[in-house]
Amino acid sequence: MPATFTRTPTDIERKDPGIGGKPPVDRRPTGGGGGDDNWDNHPQGRRGPRELLTRYRLGLFFALAGDLMFFIALVGAFFVRQNAGHFDPRDNYVSDWHPLAVPPILWINTAVLLLSSGTIEIARRHLFHEVDVMEEWLGLGRPAVRRASPWLIATALLGALFIDGQWIAWQQLESQGLFFASNQNSHFFYLITATHGIHLVLGIIALAVALCALFLLRRVEMRQVVVDCTAWYWHTMGIFWVFLFFLLTCFQ
Amino acid sequence: MSLQLQQTMQRRRGLFTTDHRTIGIRYLLLSLLAVAIGTVLSLFMRIHIVSPDLKLPLFGQIPPEGYLALVTMHGTLMVFFVLTTAPVNGFASLILPAQIGAQRMAFPLLNAIAFWLTTLSLAVLLGAFFVPGGAPISGWTNYPPLSAIAAAGPGQATGMDLWLVSIGIFCFASILSAINMLTTIVSKRCQGMTLLRMPLTVWSWLVTAVLILFAFSILFAAVVLLLSDRHLATGFFVPTGEVINGLLLDNANPHANGSPMLWLHLFWFFGHPEVYIAVLPAMGLTSSLLANFTRRPVFGYRFMVTTTLLIGVFGLLVWGHHMFVSGMNPYAGTAFALMTMAIAIPSSGKVLGWLAMLLRGRDSRVHPLPTPMLFTLGFLSFFIAGGLTGPILAQPILDAYLHNTYFVVAHFHLIMAMAGAFSLFAAVYYWFPLMTGRLMNETLGKWHFWLSLIGAYGTFFPMHFAGLAGQPRHYAQLAGSTSTLSSLIPLQTGITHSALFLAGAQLLFLINLAWSARRGQPAGENPWQATTLEWASDLAECKVVRGPYEYGFHTNTQDFVMQYAVEPEEE
Repeated sequence: MPATFTRTPTDIERKDPGIGGKPPVDRRPTGGGGGDDNWDNHPQGRRGPRELLTRYRLGLFFALAGDLMFFIALVGAFFVRQNAGHFDPRDNYVSDWHPLAVPPILWINTAVLLLSSGTIEIARRHLFHEVDVMEEWLGLGRPAVRRASPWLIATALLGALFIDGQWIAWQQLESQGLFFASNQNSHFFYLITATHGIHLVLGIIALAVALCALFLLRRVEMRQVVVDCTAWYWHTMGIFWVFLFFLLTCFQ
Repeated sequence: MSLQLQQTMQRRRGLFTTDHRTIGIRYLLLSLLAVAIGTVLSLFMRIHIVSPDLKLPLFGQIPPEGYLALVTMHGTLMVFFVLTTAPVNGFASLILPAQIGAQRMAFPLLNAIAFWLTTLSLAVLLGAFFVPGGAPISGWTNYPPLSAIAAAGPGQATGMDLWLVSIGIFCFASILSAINMLTTIVSKRCQGMTLLRMPLTVWSWLVTAVLILFAFSILFAAVVLLLSDRHLATGFFVPTGEVINGLLLDNANPHANGSPMLWLHLFWFFGHPEVYIAVLPAMGLTSSLLANFTRRPVFGYRFMVTTTLLIGVFGLLVWGHHMFVSGMNPYAGTAFALMTMAIAIPSSGKVLGWLAMLLRGRDSRVHPLPTPMLFTLGFLSFFIAGGLTGPILAQPILDAYLHNTYFVVAHFHLIMAMAGAFSLFAAVYYWFPLMTGRLMNETLGKWHFWLSLIGAYGTFFPMHFAGLAGQPRHYAQLAGSTSTLSSLIPLQTGITHSALFLAGAQLLFLINLAWSARRGQPAGENPWQATTLEWASDLAECKVVRGPYEYGFHTNTQDFVMQYAVEPEEE
């Protein structure tokens, strides 16, 4: 049988709120793998909402992998520096590392950040409840958005609280006379917390964008994507913080 | 030109287009600009070595620090903007989606952003020539404390800052590009395109993208730390009590105690995967083109995939072989030497596979050999010639003598610059019909190949002897206060003449490009009779049913089967 190229309607981009085409429901096709070369069990349409979400999640995953390498470089430099002393005139090895006591407020900040992970996860799951999503897709109001928005706002507030707490920690250190350029490991303390802080501020901006997107985007799949990716980014920054905090408290 | 291509190009001619083909071609034009500037800089370098007193038309006499600025900018332009941008971003944007049967990349907007950031990065880098003090002089590797102290040399103030900003932007752009490529390969393959049916070029872009993700993030961190040292009075890389030009440094506090070794480790952890980023796409292309032009399948497709993955993984573990004489722990040197010798195994495996393809295909190859095949053979030649000196340099005891001599220069120019350049030429000649619908001129192409081959060997092979005789790198002149190196002046003069000849031969390429784009012979749909999907016509809904290199299995009608063809007798 000659090979034919038919233009299937799956390539048509839709601008309306999702009437027609595939509803954004999370159902994997159970069959369809036998008889042809569909080894990866891709659904026939190939442009469904699941693929959209997977694509954006993959992109975020790779971006965060690169980000992880960046943090690993800083942590690696941290350990190199910790063990790099010098020899005094009498040939004694002298360590130049002055461990600094982590301000106790950082414990509170960590708890706040973990709590914010919880709130954003609740927000994310609200976007995927099938009943609410189907209602949005059919154009019957926006119950998912209504349920998720307060949790996103709560996450943003907790995130801002975290940043504020970090700033207070910096001020506490500065009042004790430990500035960025004071000694070696104060460099690292400020650098590590500042880098993480910048990423978290970007996360708060992403939360604000997600909140706007919930009300402005017309396709419910894209709303899911935006909140989902923001949530995963937020969780990752939380996990990074746990490791960095562990580093700063136990490995100085 | 196919109807689809025509329609696409008419629709997406805008300046900020997200069409991957247009962006790919623009990346290639960016690289062309960078390679032209880099070549001119290298010619200035070569002329200066043999006649240091020569006054150049617009610049006057080049001072020794000017020579170092030439070296720095030549290296930076070539490594970043030619050997990373063209094979990875340029050709991947152009060809990758078509080869996996995708209509567009996963994140077209990200692709466009990455391109414009790369352009910005090039503009910032070239700006370093025009600031007070001029371009930086610390080499493309920028070891501190020379690179960390603004007063350490001319061009190390604003010029160095511009370099760092430029490379920081480039890192970010490359990471965005890698995210795009990885997501495209993982999620946008068409139906039936399993991982083990992807062309080897796609496999190489996959591994390269992972390497970019790891390596450029580390470089970004290193750049941030160096900028912090330069402007925020930290001391990550600057030792205590450093005296420069008779002045004791006081910008870093007395307890800073930084170490240049930290920079070396961070930089070379990026720097070694960087050279594999430059060469892996070339290797994938070589496999594909050898299959195409010998009309035989790739020798051991899964073997080639495995060696690609191994080279990628091992490439992350060998960075210390750039640091054997840096004062690193000698046992670490042993470990790195062993890993470097280990990485020679998959590389040799690939070379032997290619040689096997040539042997196996000797009765069925296309005759006469078209230009892309000639350049692929040239790649093979340079890869072997440059690669053989790799295990020599991998021995710490030999490297103790050869480090920073012309031997190293010969090694990396043969294997990275010439092999990489020849595979870029092969790619341009091969995929030119997809860019313009025309074929490049064969006669000019053959002249370009032979003159470049002779010129390249003439330029870089004698450098081995200069290195063995002990000539160090980065020396601006060979005669002066002592005559130790004067015996090498005739050799270097020969190298300079050959370099000018090599550069002149590239004019044939430029003429060919310009002429064939307008007046070249129209190519038809699949001029090289290839099996991979980028040559398919109007692929709206693609369904792949076979592997990528089915050549030579049928002798009745045509000797190849395209990947999506259902029956062998029909296309």
